[in-house]
Amino acid sequence: MAAIFPVSSQEKHEKTKPSTKSITLRISKFNPGKDHATTFLEFPVSYEKWTTVLDAILEVKNYHDHSIGVRYSCRQAMCGSCGMIINGKPKLACFTKISELDSDVVTVEPMNNFPLIRDLVVGFEKMFSTHKRIKPYIIREDSEISSGAKEFLQTPEDVEKYIQFSGCIKCGLCNSACPTMAVDSTFIGPQGLAQAYRYIADNRDQGKDERLRIIDERHGIWGCHFAGSCSQVCPKGVDPAMGIQLLRGYLLGYRK
Amino acid sequence: MMSSIMRESHIMKIHYLTALVAVGFVIIHIMVRVMQGFSDSLLFDNVIANYKSIPYAIVLEAMLILISVHGFNGLRIILLEIKQGRVYENAVTYGCLAAMIILIAYGSRTIIMASMGMV
Repeated sequence: MAAIFPVSSQEKHEKTKPSTKSITLRISKFNPGKDHATTFLEFPVSYEKWTTVLDAILEVKNYHDHSIGVRYSCRQAMCGSCGMIINGKPKLACFTKISELDSDVVTVEPMNNFPLIRDLVVGFEKMFSTHKRIKPYIIREDSEISSGAKEFLQTPEDVEKYIQFSGCIKCGLCNSACPTMAVDSTFIGPQGLAQAYRYIADNRDQGKDERLRIIDERHGIWGCHFAGSCSQVCPKGVDPAMGIQLLRGYLLGYRK
Repeated sequence: MMSSIMRESHIMKIHYLTALVAVGFVIIHIMVRVMQGFSDSLLFDNVIANYKSIPYAIVLEAMLILISVHGFNGLRIILLEIKQGRVYENAVTYGCLAAMIILIAYGSRTIIMASMGMV
């Protein structure tokens, strides 16, 4: 049983006193409609051990420069809105603590391989349209909700085959890290391919052939070089690189 | 378009298979060269004699076809990744296909002529 010790007023004061630690936050500024080149604005920001990069950006936006363009919503790595390049690596700003970066300078830039809208905001249209193209839903003729039908049952083993791929929040970090997407803008990308696998591996789904036809094109699944960067950067622990290799198994005929 | 005639997975199956089989033939080729002694194997008469052995000429022809198919498809894949666009992609695809056919035809001509004693 854990012992409870009373906290002295001095300890309380130490815990709540403002941090003396600070970093320099470098924010990429570029408006494609107005600017000719990217500039970096630098701001000193003090932080606590729980301060996230998004907190720091919002502090700068609130108190120093209102014009900074940043997209965010849930602040808890659920919505996938605040993906950006933080000190050279694609990360969610709300899920990255400044104290974990171990650097006096934190540089934030927009994600690679996406069209830039402004500053840290990129366009997701292509990623979402690719996501739609792979039909991200269960395809089958009957339905659980028609009268007289029963719920489609799955064993824990059936669920295990695809459950990690259901964690995708469409933040685009995997596409941003993908070296193939950096050169081939028409490549489907790890996000779309991982979602194709998620539904193909679901034993309630009957759209396997349809989806395999969609990804088996010139700029489809075969463009993957298996660099594995997509899996490395996923904040939700999805492993798109593995999903892609498993999809290849279906196409090469050694997986049914 | 080649990929509309053949699905990309079929092309990739050929790509992987040609690589694997070509490795087998190259191993046979290297073993034959080593058995003979490498410097001796490069003498003109010995080289011509290789072509006159029908089984060995078949090995050379197979290597020519397998490596050409694999190599030119690999080149096509690299070039398609560098740049995109319908006209460019068709030019690369048909260009690689044509180059592959020309190389196989020219190499086969050499193998056939040498095996028939025409050189």
